[in-house]
Amino acid sequence: MASSSTNSPCAACKFLRRKCQPECVFAPYFPPDQPQKFANVHKVFGASNVTKLLNELHPSQREDAVNSLAYEADMRLRDPVYGCVGVISLLQHQLRQLQIDLSCAKSELSKYQSLGILAATHQSLGINLLAGAADGTATAAVRDHYHHHQFFPREQMFGGLDVPAGNNYDGGILAIGQITQFQQPRAAAGEDGRRTVDPS
Amino acid sequence: MSNYTNSPCAACKFLRRKCTSDCVFAPYFPPEEPTKFANVHRIFGASNVSKILQEVAPHQREDAVNSLAYEAEARLKDPVYGCVGAISVLQRQVLRLQRELEETNADLMRYASCLGGETTSAYGGRRG
Repeated sequence: MASSSTNSPCAACKFLRRKCQPECVFAPYFPPDQPQKFANVHKVFGASNVTKLLNELHPSQREDAVNSLAYEADMRLRDPVYGCVGVISLLQHQLRQLQIDLSCAKSELSKYQSLGILAATHQSLGINLLAGAADGTATAAVRDHYHHHQFFPREQMFGGLDVPAGNNYDGGILAIGQITQFQQPRAAAGEDGRRTVDPS
Repeated sequence: MSNYTNSPCAACKFLRRKCTSDCVFAPYFPPEEPTKFANVHRIFGASNVSKILQEVAPHQREDAVNSLAYEAEARLKDPVYGCVGAISVLQRQVLRLQRELEETNADLMRYASCLGGETTSAYGGRRG
């Protein structure tokens, strides 16, 4: 007597309204409890293209591939113009800003370090070189510098963009980072995006 | 009679169809860039690209096509991660620089405290 075959069809076969075969290429990566994942991927890439992509990969790579496709599809649906290219553009912009901020901070630090060495030298000789800074002028300057060069708050950033190993995709929260609050300014994504984004 | 010899766009050449005057692809897939459409077609499919273009405003379509072309090319170069790999790398770089900036700022605060003598709340109150 045949065993009871009551396994639920995968999300792909449910969406496509077809019988989910044991060898279904989608089944390992589109569980039935994550219908939105396949719906998004189907809308942006198409089932046929996804099948071809998966068939070209080693089975050990397919889960990562599906999750990255799901991420791209989700981003494209949120932002039909730039998709995740907007994300790349913004990250590049943030990186440039951080590099500038860090350069300024290190430059300031080197000045204070020099001053500190000089003061230590003079102190040992009984000379108070920092009398002029005791009024808080230097303190205010450093404080102002710190606030001006504040880094981007974490809330505006992705959290952990490593492609997840497990099937923990949730249609409401991206497995690859959380970007529900993500804003993509057109200036950064348009002008700079076209000039600086380089797939190579 | 006018000489109607406009070259079909790259999309219609690829799809082997007549390129009509209202072809949605023609403005963005010139015939001299055949690879652009070939890549986009391979990853997204002509039908999906057409739907995406129709959903965005006309002045945004060029950007949309270029970003699709970028994603398609990235996916062909890296079939597993596509452009998500680049995002992951950039994110790690940003986090690294953030940590470095935090450490440098912390050092600056220490110097500020030393220079200010008893000043211990140099960064309180004034925010942003």
